[in-house]
Amino acid sequence: MIKKIIFGLLTFVVVALIGFAIYAHEPEIAPIANVDRSQFTAETVAKGRVLAAAGYCATCHTAEDGALYAGNYPVETGFGTLYSTNITPDPEFGIGNWSEEAFLRAMHDGVDREGRHLFPAFPYDHFTKMSDDDVGAIYAYIMSEVEPVPSDQKSNELLFPMDRRFLQAGWKLLFVNFSRFEAVAEQSTEWNRGAYLVEGVTHCGACHTPRNVLGAEKKSEHFAGATIDQWIAPALTAENASAIHWSASDFSNFLKIGGTRNHGVAVGPMGPVVHAGVRQLPDSDLKAIGVYLAERAGAPARDDVNSEILKASLAKGKPQKSHRWDQGARLYAEACASCHYNAAQIALSRPDLGINSATRLAEPGNLLHVILDGVGNEDGLAGIVMPGFRDAFNDEEVAAIAAYLRSSRTDKAAWTDLSGKVAAIRAGRTAAQ
Amino acid sequence: MIKLKVNGRDVSVDADADTPLLWVIRDEIGLMGTKFGCGIGMCGACTVHVGGQATRSCITPLSAVAGASVTTIEGLDETDSHPVQEAWRELRVPQCGYCQSGQIMQAAALLKDIPDPSDDDIDAVMTGNLCRCMTYLRIRKAVRRAAATNREANSNV
Repeated sequence: MIKKIIFGLLTFVVVALIGFAIYAHEPEIAPIANVDRSQFTAETVAKGRVLAAAGYCATCHTAEDGALYAGNYPVETGFGTLYSTNITPDPEFGIGNWSEEAFLRAMHDGVDREGRHLFPAFPYDHFTKMSDDDVGAIYAYIMSEVEPVPSDQKSNELLFPMDRRFLQAGWKLLFVNFSRFEAVAEQSTEWNRGAYLVEGVTHCGACHTPRNVLGAEKKSEHFAGATIDQWIAPALTAENASAIHWSASDFSNFLKIGGTRNHGVAVGPMGPVVHAGVRQLPDSDLKAIGVYLAERAGAPARDDVNSEILKASLAKGKPQKSHRWDQGARLYAEACASCHYNAAQIALSRPDLGINSATRLAEPGNLLHVILDGVGNEDGLAGIVMPGFRDAFNDEEVAAIAAYLRSSRTDKAAWTDLSGKVAAIRAGRTAAQ
Repeated sequence: MIKLKVNGRDVSVDADADTPLLWVIRDEIGLMGTKFGCGIGMCGACTVHVGGQATRSCITPLSAVAGASVTTIEGLDETDSHPVQEAWRELRVPQCGYCQSGQIMQAAALLKDIPDPSDDDIDAVMTGNLCRCMTYLRIRKAVRRAAATNREANSNV
């Protein structure tokens, strides 16, 4: 009897494995000798250039100091480190021998030319929403304008069994809806254009939507905010921590110039999203993205409500005697207020920290990052920088400034273990929660 | 090579990316008006403008200002007669003078964003600029004088 059960189970396992292997199998797409570039019109290449920027492909497909699109950018995941691929048109090391069909399959189905499943660090779960035309334009751009670079990809350092490519087929089965974007009839053309861009090429949810234990975006918590590279990608819903609700034009301005008067600037992982890419979209597309994101985030507050919030925050920022006894207040007055002070109105280049999400989020990471490392010219607003205080302040001093801002400018609960969190960010590791 | 603009002039600097902007300005470019004080962004002596914004150059790495436009005390006004500089001379603000280029750059940025500052506004923005000679009262007076000059200039337009 027991023998029979074991035999039955084994048969089931073997059949299931064979079935899964058949299911997971993807055929190779034949390599091509060379690409006929004359087939691409100048308009298609130009469109592809903008879309590749809007997807900030170069951000993950370029290593620090490496050649553009030559890969080897380390992507830290919960399952180990993987290195991005070379997507230059080099025939041996890049995608030079990929047909457009193979490129389309990679973007839409997450399978490479040879038929191997790609790891979902590559957000094909978003790119699958893109139209064939748009993906084809990116292909035309890469093949026509990107310099081929003969550089090999480093080996991934993933934990078993997450490093098994055929298992990715199971991940896809569980979590990915492979289908093109479908317009929502009751929404405007502009909203739909924004939704197409945001859910597809700009893949905002890849950072702003929390992931489950297997690293897939939780569909039920769309845009609820998440942690990425020790930063917090704030919620893009009504739960967003900024004191002033984001309007459609706030979103589109932020993506165009890297900051808004009432929300501060794009920095950390968001810096390259704006500056390496999304801002190159035409104004009409940025406006459409704003319309879609604002609808997701809920109706903005009335102007008079906002102006009360601003007035109250500016009043809290007035010089106070607390700098005589409070270390945080004193350091803030000496090191921060020279820029972060406003009289009756907030200047674009003087972010008010009382209304900024960095001061109001449940965790202090974003604020601590910026105090330590500042805002370079490649982040935030073009031409304006903030120095970093990494070598100027010790952990306790940075913590004191953060605690002072939290208690004096917001009505939020005090952050815990601030010094420890400063130390962790300084060292580049995740603080124990 | 990192490229930036200093006082309207394009410059290419061959220095480590983490070199503080202050030393690029003083040692590489040779403009000595910007001073080294504390080296940790706490005294204001090294203040320059980056994109028109007062910025402590001693803790701003060269890499952060690639492509940016920097103005030092030498470039604030072609004839050294910015309203803040005029007020400085008229009221004989400096004593030893070490902090004054930082003070003037900070005050000029302040007046651009807050054209008619109250004493509280001046104190809030200028607290990070230390003066070991304690000329704070004259500094505050000069900022108010420069604001008044700006107002007059604007009303004459």
